[in-house]
Amino acid sequence: MTDTAYGRVKLARDSQRPTGLDYIRKIFKGFIELHGDRRYSDDPAIVGGIARLNDQPVTVIAIEKGHTAKERTHRNFGAPQPEGYRKALRLMKQAEKFGRPVICFVDTSGAYCGVGAEERGQGQAIAENLMEMSTLCVPVITILIGEGGSGGALALAVADRVWMLQNAVYSVISPEGCASILWKDPEKAETAAASLKLTAEDAKSLGVIERILSENDIGKKEFYDRIRMMLTEELEELTRDVDLTQNRYDRFRKLGQSAVIKE
Amino acid sequence: MALFNFLRPKNKLEEGGRSSAPVQQDAGEPEENCPNCHKDIPLSRLWANNLVCSCGYHFRMKARQRIQTITDKGSFHEMYPRMKSGNPLNFPGYKEKIGTVRVASGEEEAVVCGTASIGRQRCCLFVMEPGFMMGSMGSAVGEKITLLFEYAVEHRLPVVGFTVSGGARMQEGLLSLMQMAKTSAAVKRHSDAGLLYTAVLTDPTTGGVTASFAMEADIILAEPGATIGFAGARVIKQTTKKALPEGFQTAETVMEHGFADSIVPRSGQKRFLAELIKMHNWRAII
Repeated sequence: MTDTAYGRVKLARDSQRPTGLDYIRKIFKGFIELHGDRRYSDDPAIVGGIARLNDQPVTVIAIEKGHTAKERTHRNFGAPQPEGYRKALRLMKQAEKFGRPVICFVDTSGAYCGVGAEERGQGQAIAENLMEMSTLCVPVITILIGEGGSGGALALAVADRVWMLQNAVYSVISPEGCASILWKDPEKAETAAASLKLTAEDAKSLGVIERILSENDIGKKEFYDRIRMMLTEELEELTRDVDLTQNRYDRFRKLGQSAVIKE
Repeated sequence: MALFNFLRPKNKLEEGGRSSAPVQQDAGEPEENCPNCHKDIPLSRLWANNLVCSCGYHFRMKARQRIQTITDKGSFHEMYPRMKSGNPLNFPGYKEKIGTVRVASGEEEAVVCGTASIGRQRCCLFVMEPGFMMGSMGSAVGEKITLLFEYAVEHRLPVVGFTVSGGARMQEGLLSLMQMAKTSAAVKRHSDAGLLYTAVLTDPTTGGVTASFAMEADIILAEPGATIGFAGARVIKQTTKKALPEGFQTAETVMEHGFADSIVPRSGQKRFLAELIKMHNWRAII
């Protein structure tokens, strides 16, 4: 199933995959969850708080899909409301204030499509995150662990390093949405998935991500240990970076430039 | 005829999806039917009134025409006019589609950028083009807007932007998505430099453009009746399986919910923008 792009999409959506909270619990110690956006409500689709990476306090933020039917409903299937993004931003600003690195886990089919979400400024919430994350003065690492659905995923992924699990996907639109808009035929999702170049390998070759994380031992202790080690090493390097925000600017600045014909 | 591409009925997002092709009008027809009041308006009168019906309905406007009506005569100097997107993913059908669109719209890309004066106030200006894949944002659109904001920082100029977009251009996949982050970072630098950015949201402003530079302006204006939102109305209806409330995603509702500063009809935009820029140049004058 993994040999086609659409197979990857299905794998990325598999409810048996570890979710955001699994990563938080297995990689970090002493997670203290912090709730609410201080504006309107608390969005269960985004979980955030403080935890220890080895000994270092870090801010962790994860989009949580849930495993069981009950959990998934409670988490709105990992489709965040604007409040989720505003909570995430609040926690990031807090991280900046206290000099803590930020680590995000992304797994969403996209920001929630609903009347309330629109009325409370879904687009504005995402836009503000993109803007503010671009100049956050602490290191930010984002790992895409399942679905990386468009702006709803990017709103937690304006990071210094973006990594993807081997079977995670990252896309501007769902293959079904793309097929239905372009070819008026959702059945062509398979073609769309292949055309959208949404696999981890594609994202890496486009320069959108830095690293692909192997899933050979996914869910096992070694798997989480390895990610913990990588995060520790990477943070060490990023903490030493005196041009952190400039480098983050440049990281995104160059994306798409090769696709532009200047003549 | 391509010239009349903008003379299309009010937003059809709900029926046709974001990328539905503009309805071609018969060029020989001397009258245009207003989708709001259903009256036939002579084209000459419509043109003279900046494509606004006497009932107040704002027809879509091509970028070049907008530039002509909003800037001081002869003040607009276009930047990056030949910059355009290739086909980075070799997306099926994209090359053909964009080729056709280039011919039909007379534009290389979905945004026109440059410097201009508005009521004798110097500024950087970008205007998106509804006739070019409904202003969809690909790598070139993102690059042009980013370059413009960087230029504005360097020359300490305010930015005025007219948005119209169905969102990120899916044919350029992830690279289109990344333009949201790239343009946002450029807007942030401009903002941190203490410079004014005013956006005028026109019909339709949706998707990745709403979720990036459209909603990041210091002052957000909107044209009356414009569709403004993140997700498409059709998708929301499908997801929630409920009827949408009256006036959903219109400029008026968006303002009511606190996401736009003011609704400014086309006839008042030039003066409004000039006054805004002037007020923000106050310190510079002293």
